[in-house]
Amino acid sequence: MSSTFETVAGIISETCDIPREKITPASHAIDDLGIDSLAFLDIAFAVDKAFGIKLPLEQWTQEVNEGKAPAEQYFVLENLCARIDGLVAAKTA
Amino acid sequence: MRLEYFEMIDMVTLFDAAQQRIVCRATVPDASPVFEGHFPGHPLVPGVLLTETMAQASGYLVLGLNRLSQMPFLMAVDKARFRTFVEPGAVLVIEAALTVEGSGYAATKASITADGKPVCDAELRFRLMPFPAELGALMRQRTAAIGLVPEAVTS
Repeated sequence: MSSTFETVAGIISETCDIPREKITPASHAIDDLGIDSLAFLDIAFAVDKAFGIKLPLEQWTQEVNEGKAPAEQYFVLENLCARIDGLVAAKTA
Repeated sequence: MRLEYFEMIDMVTLFDAAQQRIVCRATVPDASPVFEGHFPGHPLVPGVLLTETMAQASGYLVLGLNRLSQMPFLMAVDKARFRTFVEPGAVLVIEAALTVEGSGYAATKASITADGKPVCDAELRFRLMPFPAELGALMRQRTAAIGLVPEAVTS
């Protein structure tokens, strides 16, 4: 998770021009870092490329919009990184 | 091409769903109000319109692959290079290939050639969204007009 977080934090910092030190595992991408949906697609593109996965962003967004899942589940970075690790593990299993 | 109406693609000459690739053709008009300003007495197709041309070819590729289920909107242009000038009357061949099919976005590599020589190339990304009202029907008309009919596409 820690190396996943370092990679994701670096991507967010570079993509959204956010100082790296402001990005922590507890950061909420939307509420704390101010990342909008368009910028998150940029992040997803870089994450997909870096980890060789496909973040199911549309599914996550739908679940959040329909109240089936709290946004924190996907957009707090430590949770996002755990999901990335899960997708990577599923790919290599 | 009808530059002032942003109709950049005249026809689709190849749509390969298996290879996720499209080839289009467009002829630059001999006259257009665009050339009155770009540049007076020295007409050249602006680089932004060549970028738009690559974006439209890529967009039609995405529409063909998703069978017009979502509308691609240009969200990023990377590594754009313009390698030669394009003058009125030029016949352009526009190619685009899907590089990433993400969730909610798609990425392509696109290029334009004229007389077999490279004109420009870029890496493009599109946000995929539900069709705004009325646009779905208009895009179906437009894709049919340029020869891209996803319903008829096999593979």
